[in-house]
Amino acid sequence: MKAEIEVLQPGLFSTIQDLGRFGFQKYGVPYSGVMDRYAMRICNLVLGNQENDAVLEITLLGPQLKFHSAALICISGADLSPQLNGERFQNNKLIRINSGDILKFGKCRSGFRSYIGIQGGFKSQVIMKSRSWYEDITDNFRLKKGMSLEFTSQNSSNSKTHATLKLNTAYLQNDIVEVYPGPEFSQLNSLQQKAIFNDYYTLHENSNRMAVQFKEDLENQLEAIITSPVMPGTIQLTPSGNLIALMRDCQTSGGYPRVLQLSEKGIQVLSQTLPGDRIKFFRKDYQEIQQNTI
Amino acid sequence: MTEYPKISPLGDRGILIEFGGDIESETLQKVLFYKQKIEKEKFKEDIQVTNTYNSLLISYMFTIEDVYGEFLELKELISETNIPKKRDYKIFHIPVCYDEEFGFDLEQISRVNNLSQPEIIQLHTSPLYQLYFIGFLPGFLYLGGLRKELYIPRRNTPRKSVEKGSVGIGGNQTGIYPKTSPGGWQILGRSPVNLFDKNSLPPSPFSAGDKIKFFEISKDDFYEIEGQVKDGLYKLKTEKHES
Repeated sequence: MKAEIEVLQPGLFSTIQDLGRFGFQKYGVPYSGVMDRYAMRICNLVLGNQENDAVLEITLLGPQLKFHSAALICISGADLSPQLNGERFQNNKLIRINSGDILKFGKCRSGFRSYIGIQGGFKSQVIMKSRSWYEDITDNFRLKKGMSLEFTSQNSSNSKTHATLKLNTAYLQNDIVEVYPGPEFSQLNSLQQKAIFNDYYTLHENSNRMAVQFKEDLENQLEAIITSPVMPGTIQLTPSGNLIALMRDCQTSGGYPRVLQLSEKGIQVLSQTLPGDRIKFFRKDYQEIQQNTI
Repeated sequence: MTEYPKISPLGDRGILIEFGGDIESETLQKVLFYKQKIEKEKFKEDIQVTNTYNSLLISYMFTIEDVYGEFLELKELISETNIPKKRDYKIFHIPVCYDEEFGFDLEQISRVNNLSQPEIIQLHTSPLYQLYFIGFLPGFLYLGGLRKELYIPRRNTPRKSVEKGSVGIGGNQTGIYPKTSPGGWQILGRSPVNLFDKNSLPPSPFSAGDKIKFFEISKDDFYEIEGQVKDGLYKLKTEKHES
């Protein structure tokens, strides 16, 4: 049965996301998809959903939503103090919602992005095999007041959920971001290579789903490269010395030297770091491969 | 010195193969030969191969479980050195109206490059452009083969909005804006065709390795074709070229 959620307040920036538009990058289409895949995974596991079922990604200030049908939801990722009809509840738990209930959020206690999963997943428009919102690709690209979100209301009695779920929420407070050396890393001089791993970098307020930028510059003499592949997690160094960490909505090719590449864990940590907070890059190497291929 | 082809991981979900070489047809032939080979051998829904001028990116929907195994397999696949010189491709004929109503910078190009407007149009429509890959924006074609006489720097101040379909030149590159967006290229005309349709599968008829030829149309033709495109009646003129 079709069911609806009414958006009373949209929050700071909220979008429907799944695992993204994988397979369409040869047409120049961004990957998109949730910033924090781990949190989405937890939501869908708790709900007994498919792993690609769409969730609502919310940022710092959560939305206010009114349910017009019963539903089962789970919230994971950042702790934005979720409340149901004014009553505070915990992340990573199965929550039963009745028709007429109002979900809202309060203070951000940890992390930056939170995820609302719903049993059966959100049923927004599918474009190029994905429900992920992206401007010019999907009709909606951010949550707006008065919008209604569709989902398929389930027979709530047959919820088979994971009883023993091992949770790791420490990453929400982590400021150590795991990176591999990127394709052009070796072109940096030894001072630059040191500075990248020894200095702290502060997330710029301009950061978004397309890229995370940093306030501190890295002295740079590297020239542009021939336009080459990039993917979420690629960290580019611009001629003016800015480090730009490409995120899920990034372009598919770029011409700046790719000095670092975030691990999946690194993307997860960076996605949950507030603009204004600082992080340190921690070098990870592809040791196993190097040893095995020499 | 780097030895090519160079194969290296790109994070937990990518493997990059760099072939060296510049923006040239020969490099592209090589890149596309291996692309096809890898796609054929490793076809799966959660693996994709994309190319740029001189690189291939094999990206995975999920974290690669057996990186070592993938490496060995890819190394084996790119060890084949017998690369055919020719491959099949399509030629797409794209209509462009080079009227001053659309070609805002025709006068500028004419002045800076010391060419008459008919000369500009002749130079722009004569080459068979090589499509290297699609990137930057959904449906944006990276084309090679622009005539040297038409090279012109980007505008000092980019326009806030360049209409979808606008055909421009930026430095030694020429291309078509797939959607209305800010842009600094010198605009010489506009095409009424759709380069990217998000509701079609696939969303674009073009593939890396295809070729593009522009042909001149009048303003009347432009509006007629624009109408046909809207009604879904316009078909791009296409030739198949088999080696």
